[in-house]
Amino acid sequence: MLKIIDGGLQTTVQDAGRFGWYHIGMPPAGAMDQFSFRAGNLLVGNPEDAAALEITFAGPVIQTTEDAVIVVTGAELPVRVNDTPVPQWVARHVHKGDRIFCGQVNRGVRAYICIAGGIQIPPLLGSRSTYLLARFGGVEGRKLQADDLLPVGPQRPEAEASVGRKLDPRLIPKLEREAELRIIMGLCSYRLKEESVAEFLASKWQVSTEADRVGYRLRGPIFKFKDREPPFGAGSDPSNVVDIGYPVGSIQVPGGQEAILLMRDAVTGGGYATIGTVIQCDLDLVAQAEPGSKVRFRAIDIDEALRARNEYQTRLARIAESLSLFDQAGLLGQ
Amino acid sequence: METRYDFGGDEYIFVDFDIEMSLEVNFRILSICQEIERQRIEGVIEVCPANTSYLVHYKPEQIEPQRLVRHLRELEHKAEHIQSLSSRLVDIPVLYDDPWSKECAKRFGDRHQDPSVTNLEFLMRINGYSNKEEFIAAHSGTPYWISMIGFVPGTAWGFQMVSRERSIQAPKYVRPRTDTPERTVSHGGVFMAIYPVRGPGGYQLMGMTPVPIYDPTGGLVDLRERYILALAGDRWKLRPIDMDEFESIRAEVEAGTYRYKTVDQEFKPADYFRDPERYLERLQVEAERC
Repeated sequence: MLKIIDGGLQTTVQDAGRFGWYHIGMPPAGAMDQFSFRAGNLLVGNPEDAAALEITFAGPVIQTTEDAVIVVTGAELPVRVNDTPVPQWVARHVHKGDRIFCGQVNRGVRAYICIAGGIQIPPLLGSRSTYLLARFGGVEGRKLQADDLLPVGPQRPEAEASVGRKLDPRLIPKLEREAELRIIMGLCSYRLKEESVAEFLASKWQVSTEADRVGYRLRGPIFKFKDREPPFGAGSDPSNVVDIGYPVGSIQVPGGQEAILLMRDAVTGGGYATIGTVIQCDLDLVAQAEPGSKVRFRAIDIDEALRARNEYQTRLARIAESLSLFDQAGLLGQ
Repeated sequence: METRYDFGGDEYIFVDFDIEMSLEVNFRILSICQEIERQRIEGVIEVCPANTSYLVHYKPEQIEPQRLVRHLRELEHKAEHIQSLSSRLVDIPVLYDDPWSKECAKRFGDRHQDPSVTNLEFLMRINGYSNKEEFIAAHSGTPYWISMIGFVPGTAWGFQMVSRERSIQAPKYVRPRTDTPERTVSHGGVFMAIYPVRGPGGYQLMGMTPVPIYDPTGGLVDLRERYILALAGDRWKLRPIDMDEFESIRAEVEAGTYRYKTVDQEFKPADYFRDPERYLERLQVEAERC
């Protein structure tokens, strides 16, 4: 079991996400930075999608009630086990009764504590992810608080093999103050004037403080819409459309005043014009974009999106592979 | 308008049929979406029908995006003539002009077009009604077709099955509220919607239903499987109730004994368009016999 001593700012149980329920208005939820989450699981010998803890800005204090193997990935933050500072991205043993202290994030936004065996709370609709807005999944649909007890599954033999091993630093995602996001333009972008689309792609957008698991509000130039008679049922604002489904990663422009990029706890639909969709793997970069940092958009087509997706999966596969090489090396050494 | 097929990033396809709301288009979308579900296409995670468009969520590792688009285009042409849709008639008790939505409207008066009256009175006036009972009768008299589900779990867009001229319309709040009570019955644009959970919103506040439309706790047997009440293609009939009935239904909900009054029916679009009023009346009579 993991015992929560202090929940930190917003620590939740997350996994790969809850899929197949978007049509009832249930977004996937799941770890916002999927790469750091999945890599963390690989580092402790778990299946990639085992449930873990997602830390936001300031970390929790947790205690293990038995010996375990853990790793902390994602955003940069100080981590101590009892009094000893420990590095991130390296799996280590913790002993029964040890306390794990996570401090304030220095760089990035979200960190992951993965534990060998995974967090084994009961899944809902196929996932253990917490969806805070509708109080669904996780632990009573809420962020963790003092005295929560989280069951941990049995650890796999692979967990031992990677303890203490360092990943090739090139495989660890960099946390930048400025991110380029690849986007497929379209959806309702026909509502915008052409020069407005060009301006959107040429500008740097500032991440506002209203940025959470549901969506990120981005500040930049005002959008200009083409003139029209409002269609029946759309609403009178130029940014209104007859309500549509919103893909995760889509950007909407309410009133033309700001851009909202929908994340993994997305509202699944509504009546604002959407203008394009950021590809799934680049949402990891958004998950780590701090308020005040900048993002830019680069328009790509579906073929380039598929290549990007493939590269992302290859990087994860290389982590898995390098860990299994450690495993073999360990065996050879015996 | 020609149907548009567009990639929503690397995992979604957005299919847009029209820019204005109509039941004709929505019936067609539901029929196509039901067919996609029936086909269980490998790589398709799910399909999400909306008012005049739909969204497909898929895994490009399992189905090539361009191939999926071609397949969806073929389905579009096959679904020209819909014989029937399965559609439930659902009874939604509503306490109109309730104290909680009035309190909420007052609290966010600075964001409203006319805070000197209640939202219900405001809609009554701009829709040309002079009498509250008459307006409530119009708002609740004809069922709402559930043409889309989403936003948060259980939110259902209800489009009243009346002619455009009789359609009740409402502007959204000037600036959205940061709070709305759970189960508030509201109206925005041409749609009726009930808030499944407490939260922000911009629709005009009309009343409150005692029955949950989303229940993550598993307290009510009818919501245990899907957690939400709405199914796309439902017809929701709002039924005005008084405070006594509101409280007695609340007590049943709290005790976990409340059962939703729903009747499964075959809905025939052609019969509906031939004479909407008479057809709805016939379905209503049939439902009452069940």
